[in-house]
Amino acid sequence: MIFNYWKGDKMDEKKYTTVSIPTPLAEKIKERIEGTGFTSISSYVTYVLREVIASMEEDEEEVFSKEDEEKVKERLRALGYLD
Amino acid sequence: MPQPHGGKLIQRIEKNRDVEGMEKLKVSKDIAKDVENIAHGIFSPLEGFLCKDDFENVLFNKRLSNDIPWTIPIVLDMNEKKYKEGDEILLESENGLQAILEIEEVYSYDKKETAQEVFKTTDESHPGVKKVYEMGDFLLGGKITLVKQEENPFERYTLYPKETRILFKEKGWRDIVAFQTRNPPHIGHEYVQKTALTFVDGIFINPIIGRKKKGDFTDEVILESYQTLMKHYYLKDRAVLAILRTEMRYAGPREAIFHAIMRKNFGCTHFIVGRDHAGVGNYYGPYEAHDIFNEFPDLGITPLFFRSFFYCKKCGGVVNEKICPHDSKYHINFSGTEIRKLLKEGKKPPSIMMREEVAEIIIKSRNPFV
Repeated sequence: MIFNYWKGDKMDEKKYTTVSIPTPLAEKIKERIEGTGFTSISSYVTYVLREVIASMEEDEEEVFSKEDEEKVKERLRALGYLD
Repeated sequence: MPQPHGGKLIQRIEKNRDVEGMEKLKVSKDIAKDVENIAHGIFSPLEGFLCKDDFENVLFNKRLSNDIPWTIPIVLDMNEKKYKEGDEILLESENGLQAILEIEEVYSYDKKETAQEVFKTTDESHPGVKKVYEMGDFLLGGKITLVKQEENPFERYTLYPKETRILFKEKGWRDIVAFQTRNPPHIGHEYVQKTALTFVDGIFINPIIGRKKKGDFTDEVILESYQTLMKHYYLKDRAVLAILRTEMRYAGPREAIFHAIMRKNFGCTHFIVGRDHAGVGNYYGPYEAHDIFNEFPDLGITPLFFRSFFYCKKCGGVVNEKICPHDSKYHINFSGTEIRKLLKEGKKPPSIMMREEVAEIIIKSRNPFV
């Protein structure tokens, strides 16, 4: 895996922020990412946090108005997508 | 059903908007399609053409400036710095598109750098790179509002995310796999689709209709051959065919992510990624488009990776390298080049490579290639 996060010379400093984590945890991460595509503790933490945040987003039913939905269904029937 | 990318299905359409007297800018067919795709939410969460901050983030980080995954810059170029921030102009195409652009930013960019980041090459013989080099020197960023759709010869097969989301719900599908294509189907494609379909509720076959490179199959042939295949070999309640009007960028791995995002917006939960997805020539490794998905734990659509299927004379059927123990001398590959060669000569490929009905459609067509 190749991770190529935030090419520093191209990006604005304001795009980063510092988060403190316990040193022993940082050490564990350092060991964990050895030989993987993660180039730094930051890139690993970013990856994991994105994964966690995304998994917390629940699938939601898109709400369309009744009128809108009927119009769409009518077109879908006319095109043969719905019986 | 997954949420649209970014959490909200973008709808930027105002058919009754007064555009009288507005300054006009002629745009290409490709840009017109981008406008419609933004307006109908296919490119959600984009509400317009990228401003500089988003453009650079997409280029260097494969994400918008708000950290949402996005890999292909959707931009509007022009040759001279004619407009300024705050201007509202009317975008028009030769096929009747009308859309308002609220200009938020006019900025310059480095074409070579853009080509390198998006296409991983600066070689002008790459069709995507060539297009970047031909673009104007400035980019206009800002939100669009669609006022009038382009004429669409494939209206009958055009569905938008709002429609597919309602359609899938009506069909009672929860897990939907999307299949991206720019070719008529051969037996290998059919096996990939049906293998994936076995594990979900329905398949959304979504061919790209739009600018392609010389030698590609024409839109009409792709569509007609799929209609035929589906009529004879698919269950009506399990498969939906609708087109996606956008150009092929040939950006390989980056485009695979882009293709997946669009299908997520249509309401699909899974996306098939095959060998050399959206590739051209030898610019990308055969499975580079698989590896790039590792960079996006937050994409919101599950990729289904497939290696190539082939026919094995020993197995007596269509298999792939994960399930066939026999030597390659028994294998017949579904070579696109070989199939194309036969079809060009007016010959039907063997039935183990392509369904007879599909081959007939292509041969019958006077000019099946772009």
